[in-house]
Amino acid sequence: MKRKEFLQKAIPAGVMLPAMINGYSVKAFGADSPLVQALMRGYTDTDHVLVIVQLAGGNDGLNTVIPISTYSNYFNARTNVAIPQNRILPLGSSGAGLHPSMTGMNNLFSNGMLKVIQAVGYPQPNFSHFRATDIWMSASNSNQEVFSGWAGRYLNYEYPNFPTGYPNVNAPDPLAIQIGSTTTLTTQGPVVNMAMSITNPTSFYNLLNGTTDPVPNTPAGKELQFIRIVNQQTQKYSTVIRNAANAVTQQVTYPTNNSLADQLKIVARLIKGGLKTRVYMVSFGGFDTHSVQVNAADTTTGAHANLLQRVSDAIKAFQDDLQFLQVQDRVIGMTYSEFGRRIKSNSSTGTDHGAAAPMFLFGSKIENGVLGNNPTIPANATVNDNVPMQYDFRSVYSTILEKWFCLDKTVVDGLYPPNINAQLQSLPLFKSGLVCNAVTPPPPVSDKIIWNYPHPFSNSTEITFKTQGGHTLIQIIDTLGRVIATLLEKDYTSATTDKITFNSEGLPTGVYYARLQNGVIQKVWPMLKVR
Amino acid sequence: MDRRDFLTAKRRKKERIISHTSTTESPRRITSGVNPYAGPWTENEIIHLLKRTMFGAKKADVDYFKTRTVSQAVDELLNPTAPQPGPPVKEYATSTTATTPDSNIAQGTTWVNDINSDGTVQSQRRASYKKWWTGMLINQDRSIREKLLMFWVDHFGNETIDVGLGNWVYMQHNLLRQYVLGNFRQMVDAITKDVAMLRYLNGYLNVASAPDENYARELMELFTLGKGSGSQYTENDVKEAAKVLTGWQINGTTYTSVFNASRHSTVNKTFSAFFNNTVITGRTGATAGQLELNDLLNMIFATQESAKFICRKFYRFFVYYAIDAATETNVIEPMATAFRNSGYDIKAPLALLFKSEHFFDVLNQNCYIKNPADHIIGSLREMNATFPPLTDWDTNYGMWNFFYASMVNTGQNLHDPPNVSGMPAYYQEPSYHEIWINSDSLPKRNQFTDTMVNTGFTRNGQRVIFNLVPWVQQFSNPGNPNDLIDDALKYVFRNQLSYESKKAIKTQILLSNQLYDYYWTNAWTAYMANPTTANFNTVNNRLRQLFQYFFNLSEYQLS
Repeated sequence: MKRKEFLQKAIPAGVMLPAMINGYSVKAFGADSPLVQALMRGYTDTDHVLVIVQLAGGNDGLNTVIPISTYSNYFNARTNVAIPQNRILPLGSSGAGLHPSMTGMNNLFSNGMLKVIQAVGYPQPNFSHFRATDIWMSASNSNQEVFSGWAGRYLNYEYPNFPTGYPNVNAPDPLAIQIGSTTTLTTQGPVVNMAMSITNPTSFYNLLNGTTDPVPNTPAGKELQFIRIVNQQTQKYSTVIRNAANAVTQQVTYPTNNSLADQLKIVARLIKGGLKTRVYMVSFGGFDTHSVQVNAADTTTGAHANLLQRVSDAIKAFQDDLQFLQVQDRVIGMTYSEFGRRIKSNSSTGTDHGAAAPMFLFGSKIENGVLGNNPTIPANATVNDNVPMQYDFRSVYSTILEKWFCLDKTVVDGLYPPNINAQLQSLPLFKSGLVCNAVTPPPPVSDKIIWNYPHPFSNSTEITFKTQGGHTLIQIIDTLGRVIATLLEKDYTSATTDKITFNSEGLPTGVYYARLQNGVIQKVWPMLKVR
Repeated sequence: MDRRDFLTAKRRKKERIISHTSTTESPRRITSGVNPYAGPWTENEIIHLLKRTMFGAKKADVDYFKTRTVSQAVDELLNPTAPQPGPPVKEYATSTTATTPDSNIAQGTTWVNDINSDGTVQSQRRASYKKWWTGMLINQDRSIREKLLMFWVDHFGNETIDVGLGNWVYMQHNLLRQYVLGNFRQMVDAITKDVAMLRYLNGYLNVASAPDENYARELMELFTLGKGSGSQYTENDVKEAAKVLTGWQINGTTYTSVFNASRHSTVNKTFSAFFNNTVITGRTGATAGQLELNDLLNMIFATQESAKFICRKFYRFFVYYAIDAATETNVIEPMATAFRNSGYDIKAPLALLFKSEHFFDVLNQNCYIKNPADHIIGSLREMNATFPPLTDWDTNYGMWNFFYASMVNTGQNLHDPPNVSGMPAYYQEPSYHEIWINSDSLPKRNQFTDTMVNTGFTRNGQRVIFNLVPWVQQFSNPGNPNDLIDDALKYVFRNQLSYESKKAIKTQILLSNQLYDYYWTNAWTAYMANPTTANFNTVNNRLRQLFQYFFNLSEYQLS
């Protein structure tokens, strides 16, 4: 039975589909609903692969992608950890540059395969590692608990009823693979986790340094061995993974003593080996750099420099390997960390938990460049100052789902909390010529499209903005990075210049940011409130 | 050959045969016997004892037994003081299709005393009985009673679908419940005349003119003597025993068994040398059936083999399936002797076993593949899953039904074995317990624990789920991820994971790939100081991953 027939037979009107639990916008639908119709179109035909690189601990974004254009404010805010201006690796003419240890990724940029997205975050940032990680993995709102992951919901949509009936002709391989012992929230579907991990102690194939405990020569050992064997036989994917791994005998040289490189090497091998798996996840930790993130004598060295170098070297080797294996056009990678770090450094040559931070996308199909502007850094940064969000991380996810995995926009929206959909942007992340249409890069936003008067202001100020028509959003963000007000959200039928008043009565004095979002355009405008 | 020579010869022969038929390559070389265990009495030993004699080891029970000695603990387990549970109630809706629906029974009251032979009604009652029994397993008292009762029901191997009437099935269950820790000879006497048994093994059709040998054969082969090398009864012995058992019938209007002297074979019954050429005198009249049954059981229980046969079954059910020559000599035979010397008091061999060095031998720990009830009921109990008050029968029966079905799904249908031999895991050579685990049942076991960790089962808006946060709060230091994992593993697994494995699990799950223990400690402390939903979910999410992972490891299938 083909999947389409199966769905038509299996889903009577009004039945709850497993994809639609957890309070998402699509709830219960009959066979005639657009969503179920969409489900019946069969698997999305794509051989595209996404590799998710988690940088656990909260990477210091300001020392990763360094704002050259506002260097003096940057230096003043974090003198004891600041990277000397002449050591920064400029990213073209963007006014931003990479940490000097990131030569590998700088090389990718020069070769047109790296996208930097500035100041990615979400409204109401959370500064707890665990909570923030859960938010990034589940793509929930900050104040919302969601027990499934964004990739899990995507895979559940594409492959309903998993694991029942899998593997099958259309989906012979694992849907997602986590390199590591356990699967994470990212790939947790509404009911089951859509991923398998491949260094599980009971798993069949320990691709790296194994942690399978040996069995003793006792009755207990005999029975444990017996159950493990059944477990291996039960792993429906053991053979395909083993075959895929064995099919690849030559790879480029990866850096040693680099666990991220070890993991990415496996990923490249499995991709080249022919797995149809769409999502791979790897993780690299240690970014929680509260103290001694640099060597005081030379701030370009130290713990954070080592971390960034490993990330950069690993990703560069991975991309080289993809080219060598001739699968580069099928694969993109994405890095994220649960949060960035504070603008102002602390006195122990470290930085504390912060808000928005840059993300990297890499791959031959990634449109090269820097998206967004250097974060605004106050001249006299205080301990509370944070990088305000320019892009919602879910805009990145949904753009990948829409443009890389070719999901219909309405379906993508259905995978997210309903009250966020309208605010998600399609971002220009991909080169043109993909199967699904790439977003046209936005016009340069050097043109002043948002400003306020009076400026500074005391109680209220009038914000003037230019919209090109369509969905237009203006948010007010405080220095902690929190969206404290949504001043305006509406659809304009044509391009126009409009005004709206920001009444700040009752708010403390200081810096506020007005964030304009209009289609693919976004602009963050700083405003100063005085007595 | 006098009797002594005969027995010795038999024993030698049996030992040789056992070593031949033991086809599994067992690494086991246990020489310890039934001397009282005098080693450490720590959580490890208590958990071993409880996992084998009950469904799962709850921390509260472990703590309770810490202040007892081994001997006291075993005595308490073998001498339950809690009253027997009340009977099943009518939780099903009155049938609209039955010819004679049981509308006289109100929902929430028991049906067990109501005579109603309507097939639809009785089918509802069989289902009701199974839900109820599952509930009784979940709500077991702190004793061996419920687990041993499961053993006896399996031992006598009846299938409810063949017995047909739910009332009769319950009566058989209740009969075994009365004798569960009583006298085995009396149990066999009673089960011989049990209505369900008379129906299941055709005893009610056994008449002098043409005896039906079905029950007589299973009485010897499956219930009392077995087919081991020490069991030398003959085909003619089966025929003669069948004559002894003629005349028993079922009164279908009172649901009682009756002896009909006119159907009884009054001839003398002559048995083989295995039974010392016993002759049971043919009798007449209303008491003939019982008097001859007494003679038959006296004859069977006079053999050495009967006690050994049952003790081997106890051993396979509670300890391990492999019985080598040393175990036969050092454990089975002393157990059998105690059994006979006590006049077949069921408690006697069990007390000897559970107090023995052999039972606590490290080689006998952690080698028992859980049966589905151990896995499902045991996990519910160990994880302190809570159910609504028993007065809410509708919700409870609905939940119990889910767990009953989960056991069926993984290969164990309570009171419905594949045939009269009972569950193959307890007799089928050479695999025995390994039969429980296969490529179908193992993923289903994992799916069950996944469900209970993540979503639980909801009925009438009430949910039974593994509540992990309060569960780890039982332990002294859940804020320390190392202590948390060590304490949890004491209960979840019987064997220890390596330091490397625990470290990998801790880092990847409890620390979310962060490097330092304080990430978990801080999250836990934050939750304890400020138990908001968000703080709860932060720790609960990670505990869910942790326990889902534990439950999916092969180690979890062993106790």
